[in-house]
Amino acid sequence: MKKSVFASLALGVGLIAGASVPAPAVAQAMEQFMPIPIYRTGPYAAGGTGYFGGFMDYMALINERDGGVNGVKLTWEECETAYDNARGVECYERLKGKGPTGAAMFHPLSTGITYSTFEKGAADKIPVVSLGYGRGDAMVGSVFPYLFPLVTTYWSQNTSKIKFIGMKEGGMDKLKGKKIVNVYHDSAYGKETIDILNKQAATYGFEIKHFPVAHPGLDQKAIWLQIKQIAPDWVILRGWGVMNPTAIKEAARIGFSREKMLGVWWSGSEEDMRPAGTAAKGFIAAGFNPPGKDFQVIKDIEKAVHAKKKGNIESDRVGTVYYNRGVVTGILSLEAIRIAQEKFGKKPLTGEQIQWGLEHLNLTPARIKALGAEGLVQPIKTSCTDHEGGGAVKFSQWDGNQWKIVSDWIEADKGLVRPLAEESAMKYAKEKGITPRDCSKEM
Amino acid sequence: MNFFFEVLFGGLLSGIMYSLVALGFVLIYKASGVFNFAQGSMVLFAALTFVGILELGVPFWPALLLCLLVMMLLAVGIERIVLRPLVNQPPIALFMATIGLSYLLEGLGQGIWGTQVRALDLGIEDLPNEMIQEALGIQVSTFDLFSAGCAAVLVGGLALFFNKTRVGLALRAVADDHQAALAVGIPLQHVWAIVWAAAGLVALVAGLLWGSRLGVQFSLSLVALKALPVLILGGFTSVAGAIVGGLIIGASEKLAEVYISTFTGGAVAAIENWFPYMLALLFLLVRPQGLFGEKIIERV
Amino acid sequence: MLYRESGQFKTSYRADQAIFPIRQDRIAIMALLAVVFILVPIVADEYWLGSILTPLLVLSLAAIGLNILTGYAGQLSLGTAGFMAVGAFAAYNLNLRVPELPLIVDFLLAGVFAALVGMVFGLPSLRIKGFYLAVATLAAQFFIEWVFTHVGWFTNYSSSGVISAPPMVIMGVTVDSAVEKYLLTLVMVAVLALAAKNMVRSRIGRSWMAVRDKDVSAEVIGIPLLATKLSAFGISSFYCGVAGALWTYCYLGTVEPAAFDLSRSFQVLFMIIIGGVGSILGSFLGAGFIVLLPILLNNIAAMIGHGTLQADTMANLEHIIFGGLIIFFLIVEPHGLARLWQIAKEKLRLWPFPY
Repeated sequence: MKKSVFASLALGVGLIAGASVPAPAVAQAMEQFMPIPIYRTGPYAAGGTGYFGGFMDYMALINERDGGVNGVKLTWEECETAYDNARGVECYERLKGKGPTGAAMFHPLSTGITYSTFEKGAADKIPVVSLGYGRGDAMVGSVFPYLFPLVTTYWSQNTSKIKFIGMKEGGMDKLKGKKIVNVYHDSAYGKETIDILNKQAATYGFEIKHFPVAHPGLDQKAIWLQIKQIAPDWVILRGWGVMNPTAIKEAARIGFSREKMLGVWWSGSEEDMRPAGTAAKGFIAAGFNPPGKDFQVIKDIEKAVHAKKKGNIESDRVGTVYYNRGVVTGILSLEAIRIAQEKFGKKPLTGEQIQWGLEHLNLTPARIKALGAEGLVQPIKTSCTDHEGGGAVKFSQWDGNQWKIVSDWIEADKGLVRPLAEESAMKYAKEKGITPRDCSKEM
Repeated sequence: MNFFFEVLFGGLLSGIMYSLVALGFVLIYKASGVFNFAQGSMVLFAALTFVGILELGVPFWPALLLCLLVMMLLAVGIERIVLRPLVNQPPIALFMATIGLSYLLEGLGQGIWGTQVRALDLGIEDLPNEMIQEALGIQVSTFDLFSAGCAAVLVGGLALFFNKTRVGLALRAVADDHQAALAVGIPLQHVWAIVWAAAGLVALVAGLLWGSRLGVQFSLSLVALKALPVLILGGFTSVAGAIVGGLIIGASEKLAEVYISTFTGGAVAAIENWFPYMLALLFLLVRPQGLFGEKIIERV
Repeated sequence: MLYRESGQFKTSYRADQAIFPIRQDRIAIMALLAVVFILVPIVADEYWLGSILTPLLVLSLAAIGLNILTGYAGQLSLGTAGFMAVGAFAAYNLNLRVPELPLIVDFLLAGVFAALVGMVFGLPSLRIKGFYLAVATLAAQFFIEWVFTHVGWFTNYSSSGVISAPPMVIMGVTVDSAVEKYLLTLVMVAVLALAAKNMVRSRIGRSWMAVRDKDVSAEVIGIPLLATKLSAFGISSFYCGVAGALWTYCYLGTVEPAAFDLSRSFQVLFMIIIGGVGSILGSFLGAGFIVLLPILLNNIAAMIGHGTLQADTMANLEHIIFGGLIIFFLIVEPHGLARLWQIAKEKLRLWPFPY
């Protein structure tokens, strides 16, 4: 009695949902499927649409210009997660089996969804690629074979930030006695760097103070008044969404120089700066991808995709920070597929095969030039032990209208991050009863 | 000591910003007994519409008028489509309808005007007012003072409207009992449309002020969460309560955040999400109807 | 014609008070149980089991919890997700710190902890009523979320504050596939739903309803308000707590406190509203509606839309349709899907000769 309606409802929906999914036909055989767990609604829509817009545009470019990766066309399907973990998991499960060989990889674009899906990815042998977000210790490939924080993690970028501050102060030894404040989003994402900052504070002798901002961070007066009392030399901002412009405005009110504020890459998009208006001028943000259209690959996209009205985003958002980040994601993802194809043949590959490709990425400067992404992507070489590969970030400064790059690639302090990551990964492995792979045997 | 006053003033002025949102809730509750969950979405919708109209090239004041007109139309529409069929349903059904409404408005607003984050500049500097800084030695933002002024004008207007006009009297009658009000010949539909239009006006003002501070984006709808403790502290039915409640909540939440986190060495921080609720809760234990709320008399 | 109770005579009070007094209902429920326990695990694939049915069942359980409090005892609450979080974190810590306990006991104890917390936050209900109380329960929601974010002990000092469910072993059997997790969830939900159904028909349920309808009158006829309201808060939170533990262990696997944020509370509230306030069946129907509808709309959107503007429009259209349907249902049937089902049953009894 109780559940019969629910059952029939479920059945009915199942029929409709089932009918909506075309069965993979023979004609699709030369296609590689990419899931797009986008968020077009909710508080973070700007990030979701920008990032995946760039990603899809890059795939469209490869399809249009090159006829796919070595003749294997890329297909993709969107699934709205609304930045909700539960819906993210549903999207993962919905999309993981699509296409002739299943999902190539999964880009959660949310630290929470990364946490909820990476174990499923390991079980299903589908790589979860958390480019610049997710677990800090995920770079330890022996414990996380299917998790790829390519390019850089929060931990790495944080050490780059301290290096940048050191450079600005005129040497790392000058950090001694300086006061740095870490204003962070009070969530898993925000807390990720507390430990590493404390460690660095002890190493370099600067003073660190952490201020959590309660989600969503609409009003931060109390925090910024305290910061005013402390009068720090630098403020590190780990914000997300509406918290960013609010923090910048509050900084302006207490008269704290925005040129002494360093944002993480989720605090460094046009969408974060514009609402803050003139107050944002001078704000500096770290990023593993510089914005702008001045890259061959972006020009190619405009020509091959947007000029033909096949863009996956409004044309005026091409070249923004989020967009370029999506393009970088596309470059790395497809490069992994290409490398895997060299080993497994020029055909649609399974997640397991692409995992090999992701683990053997080798973006040399020459290759980056060939891809038309000079200056957009940093050289990256991954391995079984190292799933991060690059680790460098560039800093850019907001001039009131757009971002201006103010530094070259600044390398992370891998000597510090790596042991911490390994320690944390081993703790995880122990908790979960995982025996780490022996990477020396997998070359 | 200066620091204390700075936090206090900052808090009071933040409180005014919360009150602005709370006012919208009070209006509708007072006039129809509905806890309007969609008030936050109305704030978002109003701000989105305003910015959207500006982007079409319409100058500021005509855009404001146009936007007001849209909010009025919306109010009439809500009355027609949502409220009229639900006359005389229990309050919880009406509450739920407003939940549906809030989804609808979010989708509609963002569907029409896009999900992009937009800046909104009212031309008032959100920087410390120099005159006050010289005179009192504390930093108070010009923008906050402006918001306080807006709130004062709104409250004054609403108080007059409720207490001195026939419509105001009708509103209060309707809130008390839909059926009885209908029986004595009060046109329920008009009254509801008017009050929702007024709530739309309040939402527009709140949307402009909050929007110029946060940027016009989805998170604007979350300002409602800041208004709820104000609402229960001040009482659902009192315009004055919304203001006084806002002041109390704003000031105490800032003072608590600063001083509790200092005393505990940062261990107890980021309490702004729950502290105002706890405070309001404790207060309610003493006065269950809120500061200025009408005493609930129960008959068996 | 098939659904007719004529000829079924009740000869004892026992039979008259049976949970399903009509024979056809009994057959239907047996058939249903057979389907969900045997057929569904065989037929449904991993996607349906793991990411639709399991969360649906868990949320139904939370909805039953909220329905006990709001639907039966009349205390509107917006803190459901907070109590779910208590259950999730309690189960995790019990498992971690007292590994001797069997997992099922962990789940039930998690419910007990949630019940205790629920009762503490239920205390104000003696003074505060209606929407004031609803907003007051938000205090519980935000406070609990904050505690789990800020007190490192609860997350075993994980640097990011995320907990990860260890492998589940129940009586020597490792529960790790989607089918096993689904069955575990199903057993828990079925047992607890049956318990809830019986509870609301018994003395305690009747006293809840008396308090809901008019607490002053209830007090006058001798129902102890304190005990009744607190028991509603406690039992409701127990259900939510178990749901939270299942959410972590059987569904997400790894959660951060933000997985139990306010929007989850609202989601559960919507479920009972749509499904039917004061109905156990409604909790399931509502959960089905709220879980499946967005996914269905999204599937349709994926089918129709490619290209920016369309996709954007579709995403927003999802909200519009969702909100519109809530309003539509309220206007057509303010008592929710459960009431529609009841009407259908009444009609069915007379069919095909309604006069």
